[in-house]
Amino acid sequence: MIREFAEKEVKPLAAQIDEEERFPYETVEKMSKIGIMGIPFPVEYGGAGGTNSIYSMAVEELSRVCATTGVIVSAHTSLCLAPIYEFGTEEQRMKYLPKLCSGQWIGAFGLTEPNAGTDAATQQTIAVEDGDNYILNGSKIFITNASAANIFIVMAMTDKSQGTRGISAFIVERDFPGFSVGKEEKKLGIRGSATCELIMENCIVPKENMLGRLGEGFKIAMKTLDGGRIGIAAQALGIAQGAMDETVKYVKERKQFGKPIAKFQNTQFQLADLQTRIEASRLLVRLAAYKKDCKQPYSVEAAQAKLFAAETAMDMTVKAVQFHGGYGYTREYPVERMMRDAKITEIYEGTSEVQRMVISANLLK
Amino acid sequence: MKIIVCIKQVPDTTEIKLDPVKGTMIREGVPSIMNPDDKSGLEIALQLKDKYNAHVTVITMGPAQADDILREAFAMGVDRAIHLSDRKFAGADTLATSNALAGALRMLQYDLIITGRQAIDGDTAQVGPQIAELLDLPQVTYVEDLEFDNDKTFTIKKFLEEGYQMLQVESPCLITVLSSANKARYMSVRGILEAYDHEVELWGFDNIKVDEEKLGLKGSPTRVFKSFTKGAKVMGTLYDDVSSIEAADIIVNKLKEKFIV
Repeated sequence: MIREFAEKEVKPLAAQIDEEERFPYETVEKMSKIGIMGIPFPVEYGGAGGTNSIYSMAVEELSRVCATTGVIVSAHTSLCLAPIYEFGTEEQRMKYLPKLCSGQWIGAFGLTEPNAGTDAATQQTIAVEDGDNYILNGSKIFITNASAANIFIVMAMTDKSQGTRGISAFIVERDFPGFSVGKEEKKLGIRGSATCELIMENCIVPKENMLGRLGEGFKIAMKTLDGGRIGIAAQALGIAQGAMDETVKYVKERKQFGKPIAKFQNTQFQLADLQTRIEASRLLVRLAAYKKDCKQPYSVEAAQAKLFAAETAMDMTVKAVQFHGGYGYTREYPVERMMRDAKITEIYEGTSEVQRMVISANLLK
Repeated sequence: MKIIVCIKQVPDTTEIKLDPVKGTMIREGVPSIMNPDDKSGLEIALQLKDKYNAHVTVITMGPAQADDILREAFAMGVDRAIHLSDRKFAGADTLATSNALAGALRMLQYDLIITGRQAIDGDTAQVGPQIAELLDLPQVTYVEDLEFDNDKTFTIKKFLEEGYQMLQVESPCLITVLSSANKARYMSVRGILEAYDHEVELWGFDNIKVDEEKLGLKGSPTRVFKSFTKGAKVMGTLYDDVSSIEAADIIVNKLKEKFIV
């Protein structure tokens, strides 16, 4: 079903939203109608009552034709809805999840700052208690979905002396006083996704909007990113498979030296190796999602899935362009877009180096 | 309002390849789908459900695997699904199929029966009209749109080669719908997850009151002698700029040449 939807509704827009660097609101509306914006959450919160496995397959299928659409769903689901569902109070769940699951609201997540990425302890955004509110000051950068989003999960220091234990998480609504969304980044790939700065100048956040307990922000952020990695791994997997689909079609049609280039052993062996890596990525993604569904620890599996799928996507798309030759370098064919889109999967929600840190730390503990 | 939509599972003929030697369809690996005209008919029913809270039932006759399209219909939003399946129904042509479906429909309440115009595998366009005749219902074929007026009537837009006809029809009635009528909705994620929680009612020969002689192979007067792929025709000859008298002469001469007259 998602494949049919992706082919008919998402693919025709992929090149256009990339070219125009435009957020595809119309696609989000269509996805909302069929329940893609809240797949792994219970029906009582407006979700589809699905699993993380189903959600990851949906992200894969969307990314197979358009990585921008894949990340819109992934950031919304994994980075905003999931922490509210997993760490929110019943009131917070009831207030935010139905509108987010229905796609009426779009969600985003703010951890990264100019001087603090994975090293979250150097956060400079601060939150100071003031009566019934917290007053937030600071800025966040590279926030996926920001210009379209209504709800943001924002990390801020509530006690600098405590290091990572001094970070707390907040649910911030776009129209809270003192909150604004800054300029949109000009990016190499996923150009239809809206990546912006968040600015908080004496932003007033009611106390009841603290997510989890005081000082739990770092834990919430790390757990959220664990889940997010399944989404990004699925996105990378989709990009890789999409590039393979295009390449298979092309090498059967393109003739050189009197025969289709698919008849050359160099083509055959390279494609065999790449498809094997794609299938291995798929199994890693499925395993991580399955473990999350079973409520088993899955951080390492998610890191492995993201690392392997992202590097596979990068290699696959570079080779897809190579197979397409000069045509592949033009915007007539989608593989150059896929190559640009693939790169981010090695960077966001923890770079490949960070994934290696997570995997080795577990090995060597 | 109670609506019953008759749907059929068909091979996706857009994906079909023909055996170049035997000239027959290669069915292996061809996905089965809900017939496109039927799906648009179902969409009309679901739109009436959205607007007027109509109760929508789907019914299909076919082998066990036809369960798939009934689940798909549940995932799109129907309320009830009936699967007619019995060895006594096997080998049915369009008449025997219509007898079985009409038999089942007699056991149900309806204000509107919807079928597709025709199935992409048989292309006969006979089942809808035959059901209407058997149930003695007014029928409108080739429907592109339908409005519910009040308890008693529908205003229906019927497609003709050179335009449209607007008709007002009393319920209960039967319409056959074109796939061009609308773009059917997608199944929803939640709908798919819940599709297998619904019960598909299995109906056999004992559930319908139809003479056995009118069903299945026994009830099928149609005999297929041969299936073959039509060979390509030679391009016709085009006579431009001729008067009607000259044209008549040319045609008569051609007919004489071929000893037809």
